[in-house]
Amino acid sequence: MQMPVIEEHLEEIVERCVQAIETQGFPDAESWKRAVPGRAIVGCFPVYSPVEVFHAAGMLPVGLCGGGNRMEIAHADSRFQSFVCSIVKSTLEQGMTGVLADFDALVFHSICDPARNLASVYRRNFPGKKIEYIHFPQNFEAPEATVYLVREYARVAESMSELTGRSVRAEDLQASIDTYDAVRRLVRQLYAVRSDTPHLLSTRELYSLVRYGYLVPPEEHLEVLTRALAALSERQGRPRDRVRAILVGSFCEQPPIDLIGAIEDAGCYLVDDDFLIGRRWFVGDVSRRSSDPYLALAQSYMDASVSTPVKHDLRVSKSAALVERARRHSADAVIVLCAKFCEPALFEYPLYRRALQDAGIPHIFLEFEEKMWMFDRTRTEIETFVESLLFA
Amino acid sequence: MAEIQYQGRLHHLQKELMAEYYAALTASAHGSGVPAAYLLIGGNPVELLRAFDILPVFPEVNALQIAVKKQSLPYIQAAEFMGYSSDNCAYVKADIGLYFAGRKTPFATIPEPSLLLCNYVGCNVYMDWFGHLAEYTGRPTFQLDIPFIRTQAGAPSKGDVEYVMRQLERLVERCEEITGRKLDEDRLRESVRLSSLTGELWSKIKHLTKHAPAPYDAYFDSVTMMAPLYCLRGTAQGLAFFETAYAEMTERVAAGQGPLEAERFRFVIEGPPPWPHLRTFRDMFTRWNAVAVASTYSTVGGLWEFGFTHDPDRPMESIACHLLEWNLTNRNFLQRYQQIERYLSEWQAHALVIHSVKSCRLFSAGQGDMREYFAKLGVPTLLIESDLEDPRYFSEAQMRNRIDAFFESAGHRSIAQGAAL
Ligand code: SF4
Ligand code: SF4
Repeated sequence: MQMPVIEEHLEEIVERCVQAIETQGFPDAESWKRAVPGRAIVGCFPVYSPVEVFHAAGMLPVGLCGGGNRMEIAHADSRFQSFVCSIVKSTLEQGMTGVLADFDALVFHSICDPARNLASVYRRNFPGKKIEYIHFPQNFEAPEATVYLVREYARVAESMSELTGRSVRAEDLQASIDTYDAVRRLVRQLYAVRSDTPHLLSTRELYSLVRYGYLVPPEEHLEVLTRALAALSERQGRPRDRVRAILVGSFCEQPPIDLIGAIEDAGCYLVDDDFLIGRRWFVGDVSRRSSDPYLALAQSYMDASVSTPVKHDLRVSKSAALVERARRHSADAVIVLCAKFCEPALFEYPLYRRALQDAGIPHIFLEFEEKMWMFDRTRTEIETFVESLLFA
Repeated sequence: MAEIQYQGRLHHLQKELMAEYYAALTASAHGSGVPAAYLLIGGNPVELLRAFDILPVFPEVNALQIAVKKQSLPYIQAAEFMGYSSDNCAYVKADIGLYFAGRKTPFATIPEPSLLLCNYVGCNVYMDWFGHLAEYTGRPTFQLDIPFIRTQAGAPSKGDVEYVMRQLERLVERCEEITGRKLDEDRLRESVRLSSLTGELWSKIKHLTKHAPAPYDAYFDSVTMMAPLYCLRGTAQGLAFFETAYAEMTERVAAGQGPLEAERFRFVIEGPPPWPHLRTFRDMFTRWNAVAVASTYSTVGGLWEFGFTHDPDRPMESIACHLLEWNLTNRNFLQRYQQIERYLSEWQAHALVIHSVKSCRLFSAGQGDMREYFAKLGVPTLLIESDLEDPRYFSEAQMRNRIDAFFESAGHRSIAQGAAL
């Protein structure tokens, strides 16, 4: 069958994204910064970061995603022990080897103890950079938590403004929220397409499209996503006999793109996942929640964000949410793919396991490291799992 | 090398009081009608529970007691069988294992909780732990969110204090529901007053190790005093214990007594102890006549020696400040460097031993950087690794060799420099 020309376009778009992701360093961000004096770059460690606030202060929020599988850790492993996850070390290595030289600020969040201590280690070793740490509230039943979070956002806004000399006015923040809302809407659309017709959009492609946004201004990301959606609407194909699975556990450190590809090739349609969840944090538009943009952001965090292992909202059982998600996406199975040594991810597993067993949903548990580059074992394990489901 | 094992009045009194405490827990488990709340050690509002006669239960203390008695492994393995990872904090695993084994220990039966009070003070694992207990027990949970010390100022903001106080008011409401009683303000003030006196004495006791010889080991003997500090703080018995402790320690200072035959090395130690191998670990220092004059671990539940006291005239606010600022767990990693620096200079210690435990990343993640920092300052620094609960991570021969080599070279250095070390 002749491939429609437009389909090649999506592949081209995706390929450009993949290339940008696999390039060492951050050339796009650096040229953005150099283009206009007074611009600044802030590196945002996972998971969720209030990028709108930084954007409104005139910064480019770049999503840090670790070192991938091409970076050798030569310095940072003497600072963090062998039992600490890789992204903590590779992020420090990036600092120590000058990869983040053009970054003016870095921001870390209350996701786990190693990430928090990393913020301190950065503060000590890089006195020339602004290092911020955001404590996200964990009492979801107290209305005061929202008040606290508004203050926390205002605090980092003020702090970042010192770098750009541009204070964050309500209208600036509103505009940034609108821009990121637009990006998130398109990402949600892409996710919906993949869940409905996973044979038309692979996870490798979707992942690359979303991750591209970690590297470039949101306006540019928006444009790429718009073109990708247009190209996608022309795509045709037939579904294959594959297992519909949702994948959880990779919300912070990211697996190599080729590992995602290997999992799909082993016979899965991944119909939902928590890759790069920080940029897909909200379930609806932030701007709708309040006319006060700070309040809108804080309320969205408290009441309209996804369930993840780094948010401890007692109103929702995380394992029940997983089962509900599996059902919503008509998934046949769940793949729990945790970063090695990632405590928040590993802690979820016993509860997930119990809930999935009770619900009669088959699952498989696997670990990965960002630096891995051989995927045969994972692929074989998934193949065996898929076979057990298809031929059960 | 003979060690003068410290076995004074204090030691016996501690045993007696802890036995009473655990008897009350067992009674509650068997239906005494006294409600129990689980909570965590890192800065906590135990004073508030006292005002309601709610029994505090500390799963961390239970877990460490089990480890000291060398019984933690089967519980850890039972939890791993449920899907917990070998990389998860073993305190949690031991506790979950114990929960499903019927909550019976050699020292007590642990009651079911009437309230799971998750005081999120620094440690992110706390929330996983109590979240899991909430799913397993189905009991009411209160998440007390304590903003971390995160700014250059190194102190909480006014807004942080307000936020915590509002949550404490909600916690009071929750306790009122559980007990069917209104908060008795006088009782709250009284328990805060008892805590404030206890804290003052504990602080004085800690300053006594500035003497040479130090009257006790600020790591291995501090842990004897930490159990009453946590389990009995805010009670008259707790205060009486610290009066006895202070009297006994000042007597020892006056008599020039220390825990060793002759004090030779004074060091600061960072990190929790390897509970399953405590005795063996202690002997490794004793044979070098090395005494810990200060330890960061003894400040996890409160940092009194730098000036904090509870204030009975502002009970809620002082509880909030204790949670936010005056404990190790809610302070950032660099504040710990500063704490150690103060110990090194004010307590006149000459070396730093970092015990890096795999379970507790709050303590350990990044200790390589800490070593680098102190080594650059010229402080002899040793980093050794094991675990606080899981007996499988203790490699005795290797540990001994590292410690021997460290003190041997420190000894040579002191001869070369003619210094005290
Ligand atoms: S991978 Fe897990 S442990 Fe590592 S920084 Fe991220 S959340 Fe923390
Ligand atoms: S990680 Fe450390 S502080 Fe947290 S529960 Fe475990 S031992 Fe306690």
